[in-house]
Amino acid sequence: MNSLILQTTTRYLMPLLLLFSIFLFGRGHNEPGGGFVAGLVAAAPFALYSIAYGAPAARRVLRLDPRGFIGLGLLLIVLAGLLGAGSGQPFLSGLWGYVPVPGLGAVDLGTPVLFDLGVYLGVFGVTLTIILAMEEAD
Amino acid sequence: MSLVLVLPIIIPMLSGVLTLLAFRSRIAQRAVSMAGSVALALAAVLLLAEVAEAGIRVDRIGNWPAPYGITLVADLFSAVMIVLTALIGAAVAFYSLVSIDQRRETFGYHPLFQFLIMGVCGAFLTGDLFNLYVWFEVMLMSSFVLMALGAERRQMEGAIKYVTLNLLSSALFLAALGLLYGTAGTLNMADLARKFATLTTPESQGLVTTLGMLFLVAFGIKAGLFPMFFWLPASYHTPPAAVSAVFSGLLTKVGVYALIRVFTLIFIHDAALVQTVLLVIAGLTMVTGVLGAVAQYDFRRLLSFHIVSQIGYALMGLGIGSALALGGAVYFIFHVSVSKAALFLVSGLTQRLHGTYDLKQLGGLYRSQPVLALLFLVPALSLAGLPPLSGFFAKLSLVRAGLEAGQYLSVAVALGVSLLTLFSMIKIWVEAFWKPLPETGVTVAVPIREWLPPLVLLAAVAIGLGLGAGPAFALASRAGAQLLDPAAYIAAVLPEVR
Amino acid sequence: MEIILAFVIGGLYAAAVYMLLRRSLVKILIGLALLSHAANLLIFTVGRLTRGRPPIISPGAEDLAVPYADPLPQALILTSIVISFGVMAFALALAYRTYRTTQTDDLDAMRGSDSQA
Repeated sequence: MNSLILQTTTRYLMPLLLLFSIFLFGRGHNEPGGGFVAGLVAAAPFALYSIAYGAPAARRVLRLDPRGFIGLGLLLIVLAGLLGAGSGQPFLSGLWGYVPVPGLGAVDLGTPVLFDLGVYLGVFGVTLTIILAMEEAD
Repeated sequence: MSLVLVLPIIIPMLSGVLTLLAFRSRIAQRAVSMAGSVALALAAVLLLAEVAEAGIRVDRIGNWPAPYGITLVADLFSAVMIVLTALIGAAVAFYSLVSIDQRRETFGYHPLFQFLIMGVCGAFLTGDLFNLYVWFEVMLMSSFVLMALGAERRQMEGAIKYVTLNLLSSALFLAALGLLYGTAGTLNMADLARKFATLTTPESQGLVTTLGMLFLVAFGIKAGLFPMFFWLPASYHTPPAAVSAVFSGLLTKVGVYALIRVFTLIFIHDAALVQTVLLVIAGLTMVTGVLGAVAQYDFRRLLSFHIVSQIGYALMGLGIGSALALGGAVYFIFHVSVSKAALFLVSGLTQRLHGTYDLKQLGGLYRSQPVLALLFLVPALSLAGLPPLSGFFAKLSLVRAGLEAGQYLSVAVALGVSLLTLFSMIKIWVEAFWKPLPETGVTVAVPIREWLPPLVLLAAVAIGLGLGAGPAFALASRAGAQLLDPAAYIAAVLPEVR
Repeated sequence: MEIILAFVIGGLYAAAVYMLLRRSLVKILIGLALLSHAANLLIFTVGRLTRGRPPIISPGAEDLAVPYADPLPQALILTSIVISFGVMAFALALAYRTYRTTQTDDLDAMRGSDSQA
């Protein structure tokens, strides 16, 4: 497809959607949101990009193969689980710590956040793997 | 808290992730796959040793107390199945190195294989029925892709049948889970067993038995029971031999494992009715499977029908339901998975040598490949149940348990089917190994030495299980006795309750 | 409300079985999708319907006030929706590839793996 309108809109929508996905991810900490839906939202702009400019262009913008994102995500999930297990508790136990961040006060960070980030990357990778593969099948 | 219960899940997951990240390099993928298989084997033996020593082990994932969180539970049966998974996984992973073509490898054969092993291990270890559903899906997703990978016409057609029927069974499983949750308000297996043990009225017991039958159908499709096995011989012979071997060795066994688990732990009311149903299905499964096999001339289709037939024996053990029978079933499952995987690997090798799975086009292998002929004979005769190989002792214990329980018809069927199994194996022997190669047959001169180590490993296990039948069977009967004691399982998972 | 949902679930199951018995591959996939919807709704209904009572402990209270909506069925449904999303995506891709390879979507024409090689 070669539509100027779609291509221009995509350029403006991409950063907005990516910001929105980061917002959703952070919000998932205590409110509805989280890694899964944020990963889906993050995959949307790249899917849009592949429709506007074609799958090869989308792969170039991604830099890493989508399968790599799946691997990274799963790696983070295992890591989060092992960190919990390393403290003498069962696998995947949540460890929490409070980190002072300037401008936000004390932010509670823990292994569940890492786990969620893994989910984010995993969902992002899976969705794009499926979409790009289907796009290229034609 | 030790990691010994999670390791069989983490190790294949990590191997899968690393092979996924290294998708550009075949060598790195192969190295990771090898290292992962060996590590999993070590972890499995460690788990078995610990469970044999210390009894049922429980791990609460994320430190959530049972029955609210997901618990991993390893009793002897689970631990034995994990060892089996690691063994078959390692043998097939090594076999894949030489047998899987480059196209499949670059497309992600190794990560999919590792995720499949992870799903199987997870299904064997979980103590929660919904979690079992999730592991089933992990396993199925990987198996779907492995089945279709390569996109040959026959493969696609086989994959369609495989996928459709397995999705149907998953949907039934899910519906059964929903109804079970509505009835009991929990899906933790130990908690379910505890709640159902207090049921006294016939109405409520009847409701639970009905739910049990729903699970029988859902798991029965996956295990390949009569009359729901038709997807199996229609699809298992289409992917590469390594994939067929791991499917035959592990996937249907997960269905059988789930059946044994729920019918010894949760749905134990109305034992007379349930056991009769199971025995009838077991007999029909044995007979239809072996009769289907008799008519086949495709090496792998013949073996696929035998998978069905052998599942019947394991189910017969569950149907008889005594400690000896359950121990026999555990021993039998281990034996048959090893023999079956070995036979599928042999079939892959004959295909490599002569370019076909068609028995009519094969021949002369005894003369040209005596070592291969020997490596075929060991698992084949073991499958047929000849002493001193593992199959003899497996069938012996099932037959003895059947006689003790007075199930003479089942015993007669089992013995008759055993004869027909021997007939099938002799047919393969005569067609592929003994008769001279037909003039239309082709021979590809390829070195096969690198293909043999996994076959030697599996054959050695088949012999070792037979020669060391005493200690091996002692372990299996301990597992069987443990299965008959749900109270110990409940006490291990829910110590606070009592 | 339960009665209405029971009829909806029954209708979905009926439609799913009808579609699964068709010969066309695409219709079978639609049947499978309907089947998973039916199972999800079944879990939802069997898990008791409670309106407007979220399982959140109100400020100051020590315990949940009964009756409250059980959150677990919804978690189960969410999981199974995600799984069936993945599985359906794969099944659709498989059906498409099969169509390209075999040039038909009639299951009766796909006997290659059943007949003798």
